[in-house]
Order: sequence, then C-alpha cells, then structure tokens
Amino acid sequence: MIESLQLLIDVSLLAFLVIIVFASIKMTDLFAVTMLFGIFSFVSALLFLDLDAVDVAFTEAAVGAGFTTVLMLSALRLTQPYENVKHRHSLLALFIVTLTGAALFYGIADFPAMGDPNAPVHQHVAPEYIQLTQEKIDIPNVVTAVLASFRGYDTFGETVVIFSAGVAVMLLLGMGQVKHEQEPEENMVLWVVVKPMIPLILIFGLYVQFHGDFGAGGGFQAGVIFASGFILYSLVFGEMYARRVMPAPILPRLAALGVLIYGVTGLISLLFNKPFLDYTALSSNPVSGQHLGILLVEAGVGLAVFSTILLIYYSFSGREVNHNE
Amino acid sequence: MIAAAVVALLITLALTLIRAFMGPSIYDRILAVNSFGTKTVLLIVVGGHALGWFSYVDIALMYALINFVGTLAVMRFFEQYSPDGEQL
Amino acid sequence: MMIIDWLSDICLLLGGILTLTGAVGLLRLPDFFTRLHAASVTETLAAMLLIIGIMLDTGLTLDSVKLMLIILIMIIANPTITHALCRAAANGGTTPEVEQPSKSVTQTDLQNSSDNEVKTETEISGKEAK
Repeated sequence: MIESLQLLIDVSLLAFLVIIVFASIKMTDLFAVTMLFGIFSFVSALLFLDLDAVDVAFTEAAVGAGFTTVLMLSALRLTQPYENVKHRHSLLALFIVTLTGAALFYGIADFPAMGDPNAPVHQHVAPEYIQLTQEKIDIPNVVTAVLASFRGYDTFGETVVIFSAGVAVMLLLGMGQVKHEQEPEENMVLWVVVKPMIPLILIFGLYVQFHGDFGAGGGFQAGVIFASGFILYSLVFGEMYARRVMPAPILPRLAALGVLIYGVTGLISLLFNKPFLDYTALSSNPVSGQHLGILLVEAGVGLAVFSTILLIYYSFSGREVNHNE
Repeated sequence: MIAAAVVALLITLALTLIRAFMGPSIYDRILAVNSFGTKTVLLIVVGGHALGWFSYVDIALMYALINFVGTLAVMRFFEQYSPDGEQL
Repeated sequence: MMIIDWLSDICLLLGGILTLTGAVGLLRLPDFFTRLHAASVTETLAAMLLIIGIMLDTGLTLDSVKLMLIILIMIIANPTITHALCRAAANGGTTPEVEQPSKSVTQTDLQNSSDNEVKTETEISGKEAK
C-alpha cells in the first residue's frame, strides 16, 4: 500500500515537472513563465522530500519558491514582458542536443540502483560519518553534523561565496536610495494582518536556526526565513519605512560579521594547538566542544545569509525604473 | 483513507496546473500559483504522515509562510503594470 | 479509540472531496472573480479539514500542536491573499461579467407592481377609516 502510494507520488510529480518545463518553453509571456518557475520550485521541493532529503527540501522551498520568483519579477520590471520570438529553427542545435541527451541516457544505464547499499558512493566516507556522529558529536541530525563539523571547511567556503555574491551585487547595482514617492496605497486588511505575522516569522526563523541540530534546519534556511520577514514588511508598508528599520549600510557589515564569526571559531582552535576548525578545542569535554562549535558556526552562517539576501533584495527593488516608452 | 486524500490532492494539483497554463489574465495565474502552494502544503502534511517523512511539519509550516510572502510579492510587482504590459 | 479513527477518516474524506470540488470550480467557472471565490472558499475549509484529520491520527504530541499552528496560519493568510488579489484585479481593470437583466422583469413592471401595492394599502386604510 505504501509502496504503491510512493510510486504514484513519484510518477505524478515527475510528470508535473516535465509538463511545466515544456509549457514554459512554449509560452512567450514572461510573467507567466516566472509563475511557472515558482510552481516548478514547489514540485522540486516535494520531490526532494520524497527522496528523504529534508534539509535540501527546506532550502529549496525557502529560496526557490519565494526569493527567486521575487528577484526574477523585479528584474522583469525593467525589461519588456514579452519574449522576442525567433522564427529561425536551427537543425545543428537540435542535432547536438539530441546527441548529448542520448549519451547521457546511455550513461544512466550503468548507474547502480537508487538506494543500493553496495553502491560505491555509500562505501567511501558516508558510513564513517554516520557512525562517528553518534560517538563524537551526539546530535540526531547527521546532515548538520556533516555540514558543520566534519566538512566545516567546505561550509566556510560556501559562506564566503554567499558573502562575495552579496558584495558583487552591491558593486554592480548599488544599494538603492530611499524614494519618497513609492509608498504603497493604504490597504487596511493587509496592514492589520501582516503586523502580527512578522514577529511570528522572525521567531520561526530563530527556531529553525537553533533547532537545526535535531530536525530539519540550520543556518542557511534560518537566514532566508528571517530575511523574508523583513521583505514582507518592505512589501506591505513601503520601502521607505523598511529602510528606516534596517538601514542598507548595516547589511554589508553584518554579512562580514557572519563570516568573521565563522573564521574566528576556527582560529580559536588554532590557538589551542589543534587544527583549524577543530571544535574539540573549545571546551574541556570534546562532545560539548563540538556542540558549542556547531552553534557558533551556524550563527555565523545564518547572519551572513540573512544580510546577503536582504542586501540583494534592496539592490534589486531600489533600482530606478526606466521609462523607455 | 489517507491514500484517497493523497490521490485527491494529486488530481487537484494537476487541475490547478491546467489553470496556470490556460489562465487568460495574469491574476488567474497568480491565483493558480497560490492555490498550488496551498495544495503542496497539504500534500506535505498528508503524504508526510502516510509515508513517514522525517520532520515534515516544520517544512509544511515554513511553506505556508513562504507561499504567503511570495504571493504578496508577486502582487506588489504586478500592481506596477497595467494588464496590457505598460508601466504605471 | 475507534471514534477518533472514524472522525479522522471522515475529516480526510470530506477534505479530499472539497479539494476536488475547488479544483473543478477553478477550472470550469467563467470569470476571474467566480474562480477566486471557488478556490478560496474550498481551499481554506478543505485545508482545515485535512489537517484536523491528520491531527486526530497523530494524537496529542508536539507535532499536533505545530499542525494547529499551520491551521491558524492558513486561516489568517488565505483570506488575506484572496482579498488582496480581488482588490488588485479590480484596481487593474478586470470587471466581473454581469448578465443583462432578462425581458420578463423590466423597469416599468417593477413600477407597476409598487403602484399596485400602494393602491391596496390605501384601500385598506380607507376602509378601516370608514
């Protein structure tokens, strides 16, 4: 019963993905395509959940369905809403794509079955991590343990990449200015409803941040949820007030502070004659040292992600709209 | 009975998708996407309980919030366009 | 605990039927505002019923408290989105399709019937006065 249900959900969701992709290629109205991409992210998150990848589904839902759609729309605001349809059909492109696709399908035939415990990818470091998490770190969520402790250096690199993405957007677009004529119209229902929801969203973001050891969550997802609370305020009450609550010049400094927290946690271990980012140096008991280290590191990641996302949103929505008609 | 609910939700997702393709105006599409998001939350809750997904309640909770914020964002950006594509 | 199982089954069944009804309405109704009405009414109620059904199945744990929180968020957020969509569509220029009134009820018919009522009332009051 459960097997057939799983199969049904798998097949339906994959069919949805294919249909959405075909429809978004055929349509020329770019707003509609952006909407379809939003639906695509929803379906992808469902598929990730179906494959038992909970943290990935969390991040896909937070970033893909909400934030990417908002960014694409604010970029679309500055160009035309209809795609220029080219009426040339290139046979060479079709041939190359078909050849590449056939080669990929041929390669798939050699893969091991999904979830096969004897597959080579499951023999390398994965069983060691799963075993050592119980002994050395003692938290239920193995993904957070691998992300923050065993592969902490990789996550440091990811945080620096996110920070540099924010810096790049800031260099290219600037952070926008406060515009006085952009106050949205008075909409009493939205104002009254959204005001109590914003603290709830922020508290939920904090919950996800600190609960990442035990369930799905962690620094990345928490940063996005926290930022979406501020984005909601900016959408409903106007950018002028949002920039008063969280001024734009603070954000790059906050992002840098997040990366700095991460790096300093690693440096403290160096001061105690241990390797970089070895959390056992942070406390007398190695397991509680790991807990403290993961806490600090996730806080740094959450801070960096929150400030970068809010910075990118300010940059995109603060651009002057060209009246090119 | 949970299986019946899951099947009903999958059929609903398909029908909502058809409206997202077909909808003649922009607002139809926004409605379809919002509806799709709500049905996704329901599918996560019902399917997660039936198939034993790990920690599905947190994801459903966050999805409900992100659906709300995302739809409001889309509407705010659409308000600056009149329906035939010019800027207001 | 058979009653709770039955209640949970009924809630799930009703929720599934309402979801399907809402989707069919979303597809078949002719105008944007009618579709909005169909989607929003069944969406909030069907969501509540389905989640209550799962809550009854889970029992009294932390998960069911979080599910109650999801219901609360949906009760607040879905009608707000409906209102905002309706207002945005109306401001954007979408008007609802209104049928022309049919020929059997015209303005003169309405006036004639109201005159008749006034006449009968004065007749009655006249007779009582006499």
